Amino acid sequence: MRNGDRAASDAILLRLEEITTHYGPIRILEQVSIEVGEGELVCLLGGNASGKSTTLKTILGLVRPTSGRVLLRGEDVTNRQVSYRVGRGMAIVPENRRVFAPLTVLENLELGAYLRHGEDLREEFERVYTLFPRLHERGDQLAGTLSGGEQQMLAMGRALMSRPRLLLMDEPSMGLSPALVEQNFEIIAQIHATGVGILVVEQNANMALSIADRGYVLQTGQVVLANRSSELLASDELKKAYLGR
Amino acid sequence: MTFFLQQVVDGLTTGSVYALIALGYSMVYGVLKLLNFAHGDIYMVGAFIGYFVLQAFGGATALVAPVAVVLIAMFAAAALGAGLLGVGIERFAYRPLRESPRIAPLITALGVSFFLENAVLLLFGSETRLYSTSSFIPFSTGVHVAGVNISLVRILVVVLAAVLMVGLRVLVERTRLGKAMRAVAFDREAAEMMGIQVDRTISATFFIGSALAGVAGVMAGLVFDQVFSLMGFIAGLKAFTAAVVGGIGNVPGAMLGGLLIGLAESFATGYISSTFQNLIVFGILIGVMLLRPNGLLGRATLQKV
Ligand SMILES: Nc1ncnc2c1ncn2[C@@H]1O[C@H](COP(=O)(O)OP(=O)(O)O)[C@@H](O)[C@H]1O
Ligand SMILES: [Mg+2]
Repeated sequence: MRNGDRAASDAILLRLEEITTHYGPIRILEQVSIEVGEGELVCLLGGNASGKSTTLKTILGLVRPTSGRVLLRGEDVTNRQVSYRVGRGMAIVPENRRVFAPLTVLENLELGAYLRHGEDLREEFERVYTLFPRLHERGDQLAGTLSGGEQQMLAMGRALMSRPRLLLMDEPSMGLSPALVEQNFEIIAQIHATGVGILVVEQNANMALSIADRGYVLQTGQVVLANRSSELLASDELKKAYLGR
Repeated sequence: MTFFLQQVVDGLTTGSVYALIALGYSMVYGVLKLLNFAHGDIYMVGAFIGYFVLQAFGGATALVAPVAVVLIAMFAAAALGAGLLGVGIERFAYRPLRESPRIAPLITALGVSFFLENAVLLLFGSETRLYSTSSFIPFSTGVHVAGVNISLVRILVVVLAAVLMVGLRVLVERTRLGKAMRAVAFDREAAEMMGIQVDRTISATFFIGSALAGVAGVMAGLVFDQVFSLMGFIAGLKAFTAAVVGGIGNVPGAMLGGLLIGLAESFATGYISSTFQNLIVFGILIGVMLLRPNGLLGRATLQKV
Protein backbone atom coordinates (compact mmCIF):
# COMPACT_ATOMS: atom_id res chain seq x y z
CA MET A 1 0.00 0.00 0.00
CA ARG A 2 2.73 2.42 0.93
CA ASN A 3 4.96 2.54 -2.06
CA GLY A 4 2.84 1.33 -4.88
CA ASP A 5 4.56 -0.86 -7.33
CA ARG A 6 7.84 0.71 -8.31
CA ALA A 7 10.04 -1.72 -10.22
CA ALA A 8 12.60 -3.03 -7.75
CA SER A 9 15.50 -2.71 -10.18
CA ASP A 10 15.29 1.12 -10.31
CA ALA A 11 17.79 2.99 -8.17
CA ILE A 12 16.13 4.97 -5.43
CA LEU A 13 16.62 8.69 -5.78
CA LEU A 14 14.59 9.89 -2.83
CA ARG A 15 13.23 7.97 0.07
CA LEU A 16 11.20 9.33 2.96
CA GLU A 17 11.11 6.89 5.83
CA GLU A 18 8.21 7.29 8.23
CA ILE A 19 8.49 11.04 8.39
CA THR A 20 6.61 12.84 11.14
CA THR A 21 6.70 16.64 11.09
CA HIS A 22 5.30 19.13 13.56
CA TYR A 23 4.70 22.85 13.45
CA GLY A 24 5.06 23.69 17.11
CA PRO A 25 2.86 21.24 18.96
CA ILE A 26 0.69 20.48 15.94
CA ARG A 27 1.46 17.32 14.04
CA ILE A 28 1.27 17.99 10.30
CA LEU A 29 2.76 14.80 8.85
CA GLU A 30 2.49 11.36 10.37
CA GLN A 31 4.66 8.42 9.33
CA VAL A 32 4.88 9.50 5.72
CA SER A 33 6.91 7.16 3.53
CA ILE A 34 7.44 8.10 -0.07
CA GLU A 35 9.88 7.03 -2.75
CA VAL A 36 10.97 8.50 -6.03
CA GLY A 37 13.17 6.43 -8.33
CA GLU A 38 15.91 7.87 -10.56
CA GLY A 39 14.19 9.61 -13.44
CA GLU A 40 10.75 8.80 -12.12
CA LEU A 41 7.81 11.21 -12.19
CA VAL A 42 5.71 10.88 -9.06
CA CYS A 43 2.77 13.00 -8.06
CA LEU A 44 1.62 13.83 -4.59
CA LEU A 45 -2.10 14.48 -4.37
CA GLY A 46 -4.37 15.57 -1.59
CA GLY A 47 -6.88 18.15 -0.50
CA ASN A 48 -6.14 21.53 0.95
CA ALA A 49 -4.00 21.54 4.08
CA SER A 50 -3.35 17.81 3.83
CA GLY A 51 0.40 18.42 4.23
CA LYS A 52 1.67 18.37 0.65
CA SER A 53 3.76 21.54 0.91
CA THR A 54 5.06 20.48 4.30
CA THR A 55 6.20 17.20 2.74
CA LEU A 56 8.20 19.06 0.09
CA LYS A 57 9.65 21.44 2.68
CA THR A 58 10.70 18.49 4.82
CA ILE A 59 12.39 16.88 1.84
CA LEU A 60 14.31 20.05 1.02
CA GLY A 61 15.17 20.74 4.65
CA LEU A 62 13.25 23.97 5.19
CA VAL A 63 11.40 22.12 7.91
CA ARG A 64 12.97 19.42 10.08
CA PRO A 65 10.99 16.28 10.86
CA THR A 66 10.47 15.20 14.45
CA SER A 67 11.16 11.62 13.46
CA GLY A 68 11.93 9.62 10.37
CA ARG A 69 14.64 9.95 7.74
CA VAL A 70 15.16 11.61 4.38
CA LEU A 71 17.50 9.67 2.12
CA LEU A 72 18.85 11.14 -1.10
CA ARG A 73 20.39 8.43 -3.27
CA GLY A 74 20.96 6.38 -0.18
CA GLU A 75 22.57 9.20 1.81
CA ASP A 76 20.84 10.27 5.02
CA VAL A 77 20.36 14.03 4.66
CA THR A 78 17.81 14.42 7.46
CA ASN A 79 20.05 16.73 9.47
CA ARG A 80 21.63 18.55 6.56
CA GLN A 81 21.14 22.19 5.59
CA VAL A 82 19.05 23.12 2.59
CA SER A 83 22.17 24.31 0.77
CA TYR A 84 23.78 20.90 1.19
CA ARG A 85 20.75 19.17 -0.31
CA VAL A 86 20.63 21.61 -3.20
CA GLY A 87 24.31 20.97 -3.78
CA ARG A 88 23.50 17.26 -3.86
CA GLY A 89 20.93 17.65 -6.60
CA MET A 90 17.62 18.84 -5.15
CA ALA A 91 15.77 21.84 -6.54
CA ILE A 92 12.30 23.21 -5.98
CA VAL A 93 9.67 25.12 -7.89
CA PRO A 94 7.93 26.55 -4.85
CA GLU A 95 4.28 27.13 -4.23
CA ASN A 96 3.30 30.56 -5.60
CA ARG A 97 6.52 30.65 -7.64
CA ARG A 98 8.41 32.94 -5.27
CA VAL A 99 10.48 34.57 -8.01
CA PHE A 100 12.72 37.42 -6.86
CA ALA A 101 10.53 40.27 -8.07
CA PRO A 102 13.05 43.15 -7.79
CA LEU A 103 15.74 41.18 -9.62
CA THR A 104 15.93 40.69 -13.37
CA VAL A 105 14.96 37.47 -15.10
CA LEU A 106 18.62 36.76 -15.80
CA GLU A 107 19.59 37.35 -12.17
CA ASN A 108 16.83 34.99 -11.04
CA LEU A 109 18.23 32.30 -13.31
CA GLU A 110 21.76 32.95 -12.05
CA LEU A 111 20.54 32.54 -8.48
CA GLY A 112 19.11 29.17 -9.44
CA ALA A 113 22.71 28.15 -10.16
CA TYR A 114 24.00 29.87 -7.01
CA LEU A 115 25.96 26.85 -5.80
CA ARG A 116 27.51 26.22 -9.20
CA HIS A 117 29.62 29.39 -9.29
CA GLY A 118 32.69 29.16 -11.38
CA GLU A 119 31.14 26.45 -13.54
CA ASP A 120 30.26 26.87 -17.17
CA LEU A 121 26.52 27.45 -17.27
CA ARG A 122 26.10 27.81 -21.02
CA GLU A 123 24.53 24.40 -21.36
CA GLU A 124 22.00 25.13 -18.60
CA PHE A 125 21.06 28.48 -20.07
CA GLU A 126 20.61 26.85 -23.44
CA ARG A 127 18.43 24.12 -22.00
CA VAL A 128 16.27 26.61 -20.11
CA TYR A 129 15.98 29.00 -23.06
CA THR A 130 15.00 26.11 -25.34
CA LEU A 131 12.20 25.15 -22.98
CA PHE A 132 11.22 28.77 -22.33
CA PRO A 133 12.28 31.08 -25.20
CA ARG A 134 10.31 33.84 -23.50
CA LEU A 135 12.84 33.99 -20.66
CA HIS A 136 15.60 34.68 -23.15
CA GLU A 137 13.73 37.63 -24.62
CA ARG A 138 12.98 39.05 -21.18
CA GLY A 139 16.42 38.65 -19.62
CA ASP A 140 16.74 42.26 -18.44
CA GLN A 141 13.17 42.66 -17.30
CA LEU A 142 12.38 42.67 -13.58
CA ALA A 143 10.80 39.37 -12.58
CA GLY A 144 8.01 41.17 -10.74
CA THR A 145 6.77 42.68 -13.99
CA LEU A 146 6.27 39.30 -15.70
CA SER A 147 2.81 37.79 -16.16
CA GLY A 148 1.78 34.89 -13.93
CA GLY A 149 2.51 32.37 -16.65
CA GLU A 150 5.92 33.85 -17.32
CA GLN A 151 6.73 33.83 -13.61
CA GLN A 152 5.87 30.14 -13.54
CA MET A 153 8.29 29.58 -16.43
CA LEU A 154 10.93 31.55 -14.56
CA ALA A 155 10.44 29.54 -11.38
CA MET A 156 10.88 26.34 -13.38
CA GLY A 157 13.84 27.66 -15.34
CA ARG A 158 15.47 28.87 -12.13
CA ALA A 159 15.12 25.42 -10.57
CA LEU A 160 16.58 23.75 -13.66
CA MET A 161 19.65 26.01 -13.58
CA SER A 162 21.11 23.94 -10.76
CA ARG A 163 20.90 20.85 -13.02
CA PRO A 164 18.86 18.93 -10.44
CA ARG A 165 18.51 15.18 -10.22
CA LEU A 166 15.41 15.58 -8.12
CA LEU A 167 12.98 18.35 -8.93
CA LEU A 168 10.27 19.18 -6.40
CA MET A 169 7.28 21.12 -7.71
CA ASP A 170 4.56 22.58 -5.55
CA GLU A 171 1.36 23.15 -7.46
CA PRO A 172 2.98 24.45 -10.62
CA SER A 173 -0.34 24.97 -12.35
CA MET A 174 -1.97 27.00 -9.62
CA GLY A 175 -3.43 30.24 -10.93
CA LEU A 176 -2.74 29.48 -14.59
CA SER A 177 -5.32 29.58 -17.36
CA PRO A 178 -6.47 26.16 -18.67
CA ALA A 179 -4.39 26.55 -21.81
CA LEU A 180 -1.29 27.36 -19.78
CA VAL A 181 -1.97 24.49 -17.40
CA GLU A 182 -1.85 22.10 -20.32
CA GLN A 183 1.33 23.68 -21.65
CA ASN A 184 2.80 23.43 -18.17
CA PHE A 185 2.16 19.70 -17.96
CA GLU A 186 3.78 19.23 -21.35
CA ILE A 187 6.87 20.99 -20.07
CA ILE A 188 6.94 18.81 -16.97
CA ALA A 189 6.74 15.75 -19.19
CA GLN A 190 9.62 17.13 -21.29
CA ILE A 191 11.78 17.71 -18.23
CA HIS A 192 10.94 14.21 -17.07
CA ALA A 193 12.02 12.87 -20.46
CA THR A 194 15.52 14.27 -19.88
CA GLY A 195 15.94 11.92 -16.94
CA VAL A 196 15.24 14.23 -14.01
CA GLY A 197 13.35 12.63 -11.13
CA ILE A 198 10.29 14.70 -10.28
CA LEU A 199 7.96 14.86 -7.31
CA VAL A 200 5.07 17.11 -8.20
CA VAL A 201 2.31 18.27 -5.88
CA GLU A 202 -0.96 18.85 -7.66
CA GLN A 203 -4.59 19.61 -7.00
CA ASN A 204 -5.43 18.64 -10.55
CA ALA A 205 -5.33 14.88 -9.94
CA ASN A 206 -6.38 13.58 -13.34
CA MET A 207 -4.01 15.77 -15.26
CA ALA A 208 -1.10 14.97 -12.95
CA LEU A 209 -1.73 11.22 -13.03
CA SER A 210 -1.93 11.29 -16.81
CA ILE A 211 1.78 12.14 -17.00
CA ALA A 212 3.07 10.60 -13.76
CA ASP A 213 4.44 7.10 -13.25
CA ARG A 214 3.02 6.79 -9.77
CA GLY A 215 1.01 8.75 -7.28
CA TYR A 216 0.53 9.15 -3.55
CA VAL A 217 -2.50 10.61 -1.85
CA LEU A 218 -2.15 12.47 1.43
CA GLN A 219 -4.99 12.98 3.83
CA THR A 220 -4.48 14.98 7.03
CA GLY A 221 -0.80 14.25 6.95
CA GLN A 222 -0.95 10.53 6.21
CA VAL A 223 -0.43 8.58 3.02
CA VAL A 224 -3.78 6.92 2.38
CA LEU A 225 -3.16 5.72 -1.15
CA ALA A 226 -0.10 4.84 -3.18
CA ASN A 227 -0.17 3.19 -6.54
CA ARG A 228 0.74 3.34 -10.18
CA SER A 229 -0.98 6.18 -11.98
CA SER A 230 -2.94 3.92 -14.27
CA GLU A 231 -4.34 2.01 -11.29
CA LEU A 232 -5.19 5.18 -9.43
CA LEU A 233 -6.96 6.56 -12.48
CA ALA A 234 -8.87 3.36 -13.04
CA SER A 235 -9.95 2.64 -9.49
CA ASP A 236 -12.46 4.64 -7.56
CA GLU A 237 -10.26 4.63 -4.45
CA LEU A 238 -8.96 8.02 -5.50
CA LYS A 239 -12.42 9.56 -5.57
CA LYS A 240 -13.17 8.01 -2.21
CA ALA A 241 -9.97 9.34 -0.76
CA TYR A 242 -10.79 12.82 -1.93
CA LEU A 243 -14.41 12.67 -0.84
CA GLY A 244 -13.40 11.21 2.48
CA ARG A 245 -11.40 14.25 3.57
CA MET B 1 28.64 83.30 -3.24
CA THR B 2 31.79 82.34 -1.38
CA PHE B 3 29.75 81.69 1.71
CA PHE B 4 27.28 79.64 -0.27
CA LEU B 5 30.03 77.48 -1.79
CA GLN B 6 31.60 76.99 1.60
CA GLN B 7 28.28 75.64 2.89
CA VAL B 8 28.15 73.25 -0.07
CA VAL B 9 31.64 71.96 0.70
CA ASP B 10 30.83 71.53 4.37
CA GLY B 11 27.50 69.97 3.59
CA LEU B 12 29.00 67.46 1.20
CA THR B 13 31.59 66.46 3.80
CA THR B 14 29.06 65.92 6.57
CA GLY B 15 26.69 64.39 4.06
CA SER B 16 29.32 61.83 3.02
CA VAL B 17 29.66 60.73 6.62
CA TYR B 18 25.89 60.46 7.06
CA ALA B 19 25.61 58.63 3.74
CA LEU B 20 28.11 55.98 4.78
CA ILE B 21 26.29 55.39 8.06
CA ALA B 22 22.93 55.42 6.30
CA LEU B 23 24.10 52.74 3.87
CA GLY B 24 24.67 50.27 6.66
CA TYR B 25 21.35 51.15 8.27
CA SER B 26 19.64 50.56 4.98
CA MET B 27 21.45 47.33 4.12
CA VAL B 28 20.65 45.78 7.47
CA TYR B 29 17.06 46.89 7.20
CA GLY B 30 16.99 45.37 3.73
CA VAL B 31 18.03 41.87 4.80
CA LEU B 32 16.42 41.67 8.24
CA LYS B 33 13.69 44.34 8.21
CA LEU B 34 15.32 45.43 11.45
CA LEU B 35 16.11 48.98 12.47
CA ASN B 36 19.52 48.40 13.95
CA PHE B 37 19.57 51.20 16.52
CA ALA B 38 23.06 50.08 17.55
CA HIS B 39 24.36 51.12 14.14
CA GLY B 40 25.22 54.65 15.31
CA ASP B 41 27.20 53.17 18.17
CA ILE B 42 29.18 50.98 15.81
CA TYR B 43 30.15 54.24 14.10
CA MET B 44 31.22 55.58 17.49
CA VAL B 45 33.33 52.50 18.15
CA GLY B 46 34.94 53.00 14.72
CA ALA B 47 35.84 56.56 15.70
CA PHE B 48 37.44 55.29 18.92
CA ILE B 49 39.40 52.60 17.11
CA GLY B 50 40.75 55.27 14.75
CA TYR B 51 41.67 57.40 17.75
CA PHE B 52 43.61 54.62 19.46
CA VAL B 53 45.43 53.68 16.27
CA LEU B 54 46.43 57.32 15.98
CA GLN B 55 47.77 57.21 19.54
CA ALA B 56 49.61 53.96 18.79
CA PHE B 57 51.45 55.80 16.04
CA GLY B 58 52.63 58.41 18.51
CA GLY B 59 49.61 60.72 18.57
CA ALA B 60 48.65 63.70 16.44
CA THR B 61 51.69 65.82 17.26
CA ALA B 62 54.38 63.15 17.22
CA LEU B 63 53.60 60.67 14.48
CA VAL B 64 56.24 58.02 14.01
CA ALA B 65 55.09 57.05 10.51
CA PRO B 66 54.09 58.90 7.34
CA VAL B 67 50.63 60.47 7.57
CA ALA B 68 49.32 58.34 4.71
CA VAL B 69 50.34 55.15 6.46
CA VAL B 70 48.71 56.27 9.69
CA LEU B 71 45.48 57.20 7.91
CA ILE B 72 45.31 53.88 6.10
CA ALA B 73 45.91 52.04 9.36
CA MET B 74 43.19 54.06 11.11
CA PHE B 75 40.62 53.41 8.41
CA ALA B 76 41.53 49.75 7.99
CA ALA B 77 41.46 49.01 11.71
CA ALA B 78 38.18 50.84 12.20
CA ALA B 79 36.59 49.06 9.24
CA LEU B 80 37.73 45.66 10.44
CA GLY B 81 36.90 46.26 14.10
CA ALA B 82 33.49 47.75 13.40
CA GLY B 83 32.73 45.07 10.83
CA LEU B 84 33.50 42.28 13.28
CA LEU B 85 31.54 44.04 16.00
CA GLY B 86 28.52 44.18 13.68
CA VAL B 87 28.86 40.49 12.85
CA GLY B 88 29.07 39.65 16.55
CA ILE B 89 26.02 41.73 17.40
CA GLU B 90 23.97 40.01 14.72
CA ARG B 91 25.18 36.60 15.73
CA PHE B 92 24.52 36.88 19.44
CA ALA B 93 21.81 39.53 19.81
CA TYR B 94 19.64 39.35 16.69
CA ARG B 95 19.94 35.86 15.24
CA PRO B 96 18.37 34.09 18.23
CA LEU B 97 15.35 36.38 17.79
CA ARG B 98 15.00 36.04 14.05
CA GLU B 99 11.73 34.15 14.24
CA SER B 100 10.32 36.28 17.07
CA PRO B 101 7.82 39.10 16.56
CA ARG B 102 9.61 42.12 15.14
CA ILE B 103 9.31 44.15 18.31
CA ALA B 104 11.72 41.79 20.12
CA PRO B 105 14.84 42.44 18.01
CA LEU B 106 13.91 46.13 17.92
CA ILE B 107 14.01 46.36 21.71
CA THR B 108 17.19 44.29 21.67
CA ALA B 109 18.75 46.77 19.22
CA LEU B 110 18.03 49.57 21.70
CA GLY B 111 19.60 47.45 24.41
CA VAL B 112 22.72 46.81 22.33
CA SER B 113 22.96 50.54 21.68
CA PHE B 114 22.91 51.35 25.40
CA PHE B 115 25.30 48.50 26.05
CA LEU B 116 27.89 49.82 23.59
CA GLU B 117 27.58 53.39 24.82
CA ASN B 118 28.02 52.36 28.42
CA ALA B 119 30.78 49.87 27.71
CA VAL B 120 32.80 52.60 26.02
CA LEU B 121 31.97 55.01 28.83
CA LEU B 122 33.18 52.49 31.37
CA LEU B 123 36.34 51.59 29.49
CA PHE B 124 37.43 55.00 28.27
CA GLY B 125 35.62 57.48 30.51
CA SER B 126 33.32 60.32 29.67
CA GLU B 127 35.85 62.88 28.48
CA THR B 128 35.86 63.93 24.84
CA ARG B 129 38.95 62.86 22.97
CA LEU B 130 40.46 64.86 20.15
CA TYR B 131 41.92 63.64 16.89
CA SER B 132 43.67 67.07 16.58
CA THR B 133 43.70 66.53 12.85
CA SER B 134 45.17 69.93 12.09
CA SER B 135 48.41 68.90 13.82
CA PHE B 136 49.19 66.30 11.18
CA ILE B 137 47.11 67.51 8.22
CA PRO B 138 47.42 71.31 8.41
CA PHE B 139 44.41 73.39 7.38
CA SER B 140 46.59 75.13 4.84
CA THR B 141 46.88 71.97 2.76
CA GLY B 142 44.14 71.49 0.25
CA VAL B 143 42.46 73.78 -2.23
CA HIS B 144 41.72 77.39 -1.50
CA VAL B 145 39.99 79.22 -4.30
CA ALA B 146 38.11 82.50 -4.19
CA GLY B 147 37.89 82.37 -0.41
CA VAL B 148 36.44 78.86 -0.31
CA ASN B 149 38.43 76.43 1.83
CA ILE B 150 38.47 72.87 0.70
CA SER B 151 40.88 71.34 3.14
CA LEU B 152 42.71 68.15 2.32
CA VAL B 153 40.76 66.29 4.98
CA ARG B 154 37.48 67.23 3.36
CA ILE B 155 38.70 66.19 -0.06
CA LEU B 156 39.89 62.92 1.41
CA VAL B 157 36.55 62.27 3.13
CA VAL B 158 34.41 63.05 0.10
CA VAL B 159 36.59 61.09 -2.32
CA LEU B 160 36.90 58.07 -0.05
CA ALA B 161 33.14 58.08 0.58
CA ALA B 162 32.46 58.30 -3.14
CA VAL B 163 34.82 55.41 -3.88
CA LEU B 164 33.24 53.27 -1.17
CA MET B 165 29.73 54.04 -2.38
CA VAL B 166 30.57 53.17 -5.97
CA GLY B 167 32.28 50.02 -4.74
CA LEU B 168 29.25 49.05 -2.70
CA ARG B 169 26.97 49.68 -5.62
CA VAL B 170 29.07 47.40 -7.83
CA LEU B 171 29.11 44.77 -5.10
CA VAL B 172 25.35 44.81 -4.67
CA GLU B 173 24.51 44.97 -8.37
CA ARG B 174 27.16 42.82 -9.96
CA THR B 175 28.55 40.20 -7.63
CA ARG B 176 27.26 36.84 -6.52
CA LEU B 177 27.19 38.04 -2.90
CA GLY B 178 25.23 41.13 -3.94
CA LYS B 179 22.62 39.05 -5.72
CA ALA B 180 22.37 36.76 -2.71
CA MET B 181 21.90 39.80 -0.46
CA ARG B 182 19.10 41.13 -2.64
CA ALA B 183 17.47 37.70 -2.81
CA VAL B 184 17.61 37.31 0.98
CA ALA B 185 16.25 40.83 1.41
CA PHE B 186 13.27 40.10 -0.79
CA ASP B 187 12.36 36.57 0.29
CA ARG B 188 14.60 34.80 2.78
CA GLU B 189 12.99 31.40 2.45
CA ALA B 190 13.03 31.47 -1.34
CA ALA B 191 16.70 32.45 -1.17
CA GLU B 192 17.34 29.46 1.05
CA MET B 193 15.59 27.26 -1.50
CA MET B 194 18.22 28.28 -4.05
CA GLY B 195 20.94 26.94 -1.77
CA ILE B 196 21.97 30.40 -0.58
CA GLN B 197 23.52 30.22 2.90
CA VAL B 198 21.23 32.77 4.47
CA ASP B 199 23.12 33.13 7.76
CA ARG B 200 26.40 33.75 6.00
CA THR B 201 24.81 36.26 3.66
CA ILE B 202 23.33 38.14 6.61
CA SER B 203 26.71 38.09 8.40
CA ALA B 204 28.39 39.47 5.28
CA THR B 205 25.78 42.22 5.11
CA PHE B 206 26.40 43.17 8.74
CA PHE B 207 30.13 43.14 8.18
CA ILE B 208 30.01 45.43 5.18
CA GLY B 209 27.43 47.80 6.65
CA SER B 210 29.27 48.03 9.98
CA ALA B 211 32.67 48.45 8.33
CA LEU B 212 31.27 51.43 6.42
CA ALA B 213 30.04 52.88 9.72
CA GLY B 214 33.51 52.34 11.20
CA VAL B 215 35.08 54.24 8.31
CA ALA B 216 32.51 56.99 8.79
CA GLY B 217 33.51 57.17 12.45
CA VAL B 218 37.15 57.86 11.55
CA MET B 219 35.99 60.44 9.01
CA ALA B 220 33.94 62.15 11.69
CA GLY B 221 36.97 62.16 13.99
CA LEU B 222 39.11 63.71 11.28
CA VAL B 223 36.55 66.36 10.32
CA PHE B 224 34.89 67.24 13.63
CA ASP B 225 37.86 66.33 15.82
CA GLN B 226 35.76 65.17 18.76
CA VAL B 227 35.17 61.58 19.77
CA PHE B 228 32.97 60.62 22.71
CA SER B 229 30.81 57.72 23.82
CA LEU B 230 27.48 59.33 22.92
CA MET B 231 28.50 60.63 19.48
CA GLY B 232 26.69 57.74 17.80
CA PHE B 233 23.30 58.66 19.09
CA ILE B 234 22.55 61.79 17.11
CA ALA B 235 24.63 60.70 14.12
CA GLY B 236 22.73 57.42 14.06
CA LEU B 237 19.44 59.26 14.22
CA LYS B 238 20.43 61.48 11.31
CA ALA B 239 21.72 58.57 9.27
CA PHE B 240 18.46 56.78 9.96
CA THR B 241 16.63 59.88 8.76
CA ALA B 242 18.82 59.92 5.65
CA ALA B 243 18.06 56.26 4.98
CA VAL B 244 14.32 56.79 5.36
CA VAL B 245 14.33 59.98 3.29
CA GLY B 246 16.17 58.16 0.50
CA GLY B 247 13.98 55.08 0.75
CA ILE B 248 15.03 52.53 3.37
CA GLY B 249 16.55 49.36 1.99
CA ASN B 250 17.61 51.26 -1.12
CA VAL B 251 21.37 51.79 -1.55
CA PRO B 252 21.39 54.85 -3.86
CA GLY B 253 18.59 56.25 -1.72
CA ALA B 254 20.79 56.13 1.37
CA MET B 255 23.54 58.01 -0.47
CA LEU B 256 21.14 60.66 -1.71
CA GLY B 257 19.48 60.97 1.69
CA GLY B 258 22.83 61.32 3.44
CA LEU B 259 24.05 64.06 1.13
CA LEU B 260 20.71 65.84 1.35
CA ILE B 261 20.70 65.82 5.14
CA GLY B 262 24.32 66.97 5.23
CA LEU B 263 23.61 69.87 2.90
CA ALA B 264 20.40 70.84 4.70
CA GLU B 265 22.24 70.88 7.98
CA SER B 266 25.07 72.94 6.62
CA PHE B 267 22.73 75.53 5.06
CA ALA B 268 20.58 75.65 8.17
CA THR B 269 23.65 76.34 10.27
CA GLY B 270 25.13 78.81 7.82
CA TYR B 271 22.07 80.85 6.94
CA ILE B 272 19.80 80.51 9.93
CA SER B 273 21.34 79.23 13.11
CA SER B 274 22.77 75.98 14.35
CA THR B 275 19.93 75.97 16.86
CA PHE B 276 17.56 75.14 14.02
CA GLN B 277 19.77 72.49 12.45
CA ASN B 278 17.93 69.50 13.87
CA LEU B 279 14.54 71.12 13.41
CA ILE B 280 15.25 71.42 9.71
CA VAL B 281 16.70 67.93 9.33
CA PHE B 282 13.72 66.27 10.96
CA GLY B 283 11.36 68.70 9.21
CA ILE B 284 12.70 67.31 5.93
CA LEU B 285 12.02 63.80 7.19
CA ILE B 286 8.41 64.61 7.97
CA GLY B 287 7.94 66.48 4.72
CA VAL B 288 9.34 63.68 2.58
CA MET B 289 7.31 61.08 4.46
CA LEU B 290 4.12 63.04 3.81
CA LEU B 291 4.79 63.43 0.10
CA ARG B 292 6.64 60.20 -0.65
CA PRO B 293 6.03 57.62 2.07
CA ASN B 294 8.50 55.18 0.46
CA GLY B 295 11.27 57.78 0.39
CA LEU B 296 12.71 59.68 -2.54
CA LEU B 297 14.05 56.67 -4.41
CA GLY B 298 11.96 53.95 -2.77
CA ARG B 299 9.45 52.32 -5.05
CA ALA B 300 6.14 51.12 -3.79
CA THR B 301 7.31 47.69 -2.67
CA LEU B 302 6.88 44.96 -5.23
CA GLN B 303 4.62 42.47 -3.53
CA LYS B 304 5.48 38.85 -3.18
CA VAL B 305 2.69 37.13 -5.07
N1 LIG C 1 4.49 27.64 9.04
C1 LIG C 1 3.41 26.98 9.55
N2 LIG C 1 3.13 27.09 10.86
C2 LIG C 1 2.07 26.45 11.39
N3 LIG C 1 1.24 25.66 10.67
C3 LIG C 1 1.48 25.54 9.36
C4 LIG C 1 2.57 26.19 8.72
N4 LIG C 1 2.56 25.87 7.41
C5 LIG C 1 1.50 25.06 7.23
N5 LIG C 1 0.84 24.86 8.39
C6 LIG C 1 -0.33 24.00 8.58
O1 LIG C 1 0.02 22.70 8.19
C7 LIG C 1 -1.05 22.07 7.52
C8 LIG C 1 -0.58 21.53 6.20
O2 LIG C 1 -0.18 22.62 5.38
P1 LIG C 1 0.45 22.42 3.96
O3 LIG C 1 1.55 21.46 4.05
O4 LIG C 1 0.74 23.76 3.42
O5 LIG C 1 -0.76 21.77 3.17
P2 LIG C 1 -1.06 21.68 1.61
O6 LIG C 1 0.16 22.09 0.88
O7 LIG C 1 -1.43 20.25 1.41
O8 LIG C 1 -2.22 22.58 1.34
C9 LIG C 1 -2.15 23.12 7.41
O9 LIG C 1 -3.11 22.86 8.40
C10 LIG C 1 -1.45 24.41 7.66
O10 LIG C 1 -2.31 25.33 8.29
MG1 LIG D 1 0.48 23.69 -0.41
